[in-house]
Amino acid sequence: MEAFIDGISAISPQKTLDGSVFLQELQEYKGVHALKCIEPPYSDFLDPMASRRMSRIVKMGACAAMKCLKEASLENPGAIITGTGLGCIEDTEKFLTSLYTNEEKLLNPTPFIQSTHNTVAAAIALMLKCNSYNNTYVHRGFSFESALLDGLMLLHEGTAERVLVGGLDELTNHSFAITNRLGFWKRQPIDSLRLLEYKSKGSLAGEGVAFFALNREKSEKTIAMIRSIDTIFNPGTPAETERRLSVFVEKAAGGMGKLDLIVLGMNGDPEMDEVYRHLVNTLFGLVPCAYFKHLCGEYDTASSFALYLAAAILKEQKVPEAIRLDKRSIGQIKNILVYNHVRNSNHSMFVVSAC
Amino acid sequence: MSDRVFVTGIGVISALGFDIDETASALQKSKSGIGRISLFDTVYKEEIPVAEVKASNIELAERAQVKQDGLFSRTSLLGLIAARQALSQAQVRDFAGTRTGLISATTTGGMDRSERFFKEYLKNNRRGRLRDIVTHDCGNSTEIIAKQTGIRDYVTTISTACSSSANAILLGARLVQNGMLDRVLAGGVDALTLFTLNGFNSLMILDRNGCKPFDEERNGLTLGEGAGFLMIESESLAKKQGKTILGEVKGYGNACDAHHQTASSPEGNGAYLSMEKALITAGLKPAMIDYINAHGTGTKNNDLSEGIAIKRLFQDSVPAFSSTKAYTGHTLGAAGAIEAVFCIMALQHQWLYPNLNFRQTMKELGFSPVASFQHHVPVRYIMSNSFGFGGNNTSIIFSGC
Amino acid sequence: MEQLIQKLKEEIIDALNLSEMNPEQIDDKAPLFIDGLGLDSIDALELTVLLEKKYGLRISTAEEGKKVLYSVRSMAEFITANGKA
Repeated sequence: MEAFIDGISAISPQKTLDGSVFLQELQEYKGVHALKCIEPPYSDFLDPMASRRMSRIVKMGACAAMKCLKEASLENPGAIITGTGLGCIEDTEKFLTSLYTNEEKLLNPTPFIQSTHNTVAAAIALMLKCNSYNNTYVHRGFSFESALLDGLMLLHEGTAERVLVGGLDELTNHSFAITNRLGFWKRQPIDSLRLLEYKSKGSLAGEGVAFFALNREKSEKTIAMIRSIDTIFNPGTPAETERRLSVFVEKAAGGMGKLDLIVLGMNGDPEMDEVYRHLVNTLFGLVPCAYFKHLCGEYDTASSFALYLAAAILKEQKVPEAIRLDKRSIGQIKNILVYNHVRNSNHSMFVVSAC
Repeated sequence: MSDRVFVTGIGVISALGFDIDETASALQKSKSGIGRISLFDTVYKEEIPVAEVKASNIELAERAQVKQDGLFSRTSLLGLIAARQALSQAQVRDFAGTRTGLISATTTGGMDRSERFFKEYLKNNRRGRLRDIVTHDCGNSTEIIAKQTGIRDYVTTISTACSSSANAILLGARLVQNGMLDRVLAGGVDALTLFTLNGFNSLMILDRNGCKPFDEERNGLTLGEGAGFLMIESESLAKKQGKTILGEVKGYGNACDAHHQTASSPEGNGAYLSMEKALITAGLKPAMIDYINAHGTGTKNNDLSEGIAIKRLFQDSVPAFSSTKAYTGHTLGAAGAIEAVFCIMALQHQWLYPNLNFRQTMKELGFSPVASFQHHVPVRYIMSNSFGFGGNNTSIIFSGC
Repeated sequence: MEQLIQKLKEEIIDALNLSEMNPEQIDDKAPLFIDGLGLDSIDALELTVLLEKKYGLRISTAEEGKKVLYSVRSMAEFITANGKA
């Protein structure tokens, strides 16, 4: 199953909203535990009356979606599909807080309404008056992947000609504090671009939103194509991952030899990165490798940032030094494999190609 | 896209009972599961009725065949109980040689535990037991079901408010039809929580006397909890393994009302479109539908909008219809799957379910739901509606075999 | 009354997050919903909470809600009539 990518848009800790400068001017954050998005002036994209109730994640999502659709000259998508690991947690926390502080009395309904995981997909449909298929996936490190697969299937079935697919997750003070207690993040503050140099446990927290306009046919807007996607749930051993990846790459790209770049989800936690290192030393052979979580941080739908990055690399034919894992020579880039896992439980892979 | 999709196993747990037999008995006796809140402390204990599964988490853990070591949310336990029933009826014992997926749906995941965590955490951010928060996300209960049952080939979770598990069935059918999987355990689960109780209460749509769907005097919904799962298999696999076929997923449609964040459009556009799409994929004419298991929450807005959409689509041939939410309460993310299980049971036994608590026809509609439980009614095609916040509308058509 | 209206407008702007608006832009007598200010059913719930929280006044039926929440002036009249101004 494949599709053409006609538009991409991201709001992230990088300068992705202006896609042309993103790869040239990578943002470094010094002495941090977490990366937060560079937010645009929302009034450029959203009607203030329509966005009056929107929380930050809804604004970021709606804004990135509008920009993506504009880029693809797509007015009314045949489907709107989002993936989010934790959904609209700011409003969830807000409602829970008021529930306890006001002892269940006189609660404002707005945060409850917007705590629903499909708030962003619904807000986009409402803004576009789009009656098409609408769905939201909420499965940890498979959230974006499930949304993407659904979109690809709709195009394959012929149910839709063009679809909008996005991944989104927000980091809040509470969600950081709680996941920090769970030991997800490095204890000492770090410089983001040096993420892999720290040997301590834990990763760098992050957040972001990325949207993609997918087309069944190639168009004048097409910037890349997505060839195939697969997921592995709880692989028993690195060898199983290696076998599944190998079969996948054979099918999707015609073998490892056809890959020009591999983008990996290394997050700086030595335990979590072990599987990537294993693959770099075995299956990946001499293919140039890169990584991305020092740009956006770790979150459930970080793979949507990776897809944005891969599409941007194919479009610009440029791989910044700061994301490379080796010094192998890179010529023309045609095929990129993205391989990511979240907490070593949800593994996913997709191939993005120039066209 | 040629393979037909069959249902070979069903599982359900709700206020009506712990399994299919208990549920069937309550349905036949027109016995509602709505009662008083006992699960948690709330200022609304005496005021707002709900439809609880009448068992503590310790009892549920026993039924789910897991050790209650405090690591499971109520959501996971409910889901696991229904999932095991569906797998057992479908006689799925091992997974070698077939590609099996699990698609679950939930609106608030493990909120039953995380809301307890958050209460302590709010007092002091070093407080709150961490084991109460790790089950929070929607994927948690799905992964527990996957691990406990051994399903591994495809695992995901859907959350589109009250249409969540209808979308899980829709996706399951498509994954099988597209040849991505041979069979899928699809369904959904939600546990009652203080969060949802207060949420719906803040919307002022909880009926203080228990819901009365499609009644002129209806005054809101009643919350429930539970889980439903369906084992759906490709025709070729089901036939090869000589499975007993309970029904077929004949058609489905999802559309967005795109009218308002919470309210349905007055003309029922999204509902009309999802029902129409389902008829098209099923290759059926409206007049061929024998029964509609309506979304019918009991709110002024939903029942009017859904009723008008039914009237627009079916015109002079509005089929028998009812909402079973006065039985089970509105089980949110589980509703689509629980009601799908009811549809399969109706097809198997040729039943029609009454719309409990109905007294008076809505004047805008001029037609009324099924009034009493009916046996021996020829039922071939059933449409099941599930509509959610954000205008997420899904209709599924099941047929008998 | 005029003082109350001014105060209510500020409270409404705050409660509904109408950050692009100032009190002068809200017409006392114009309908708050749909045609006038363009508010919706969720805003109506928020205004109901506002009346109870700030003025201790409860709206008991949907019909009463429609009348009371018609405009800023009708809200102010409801508050005054109940001696909570």
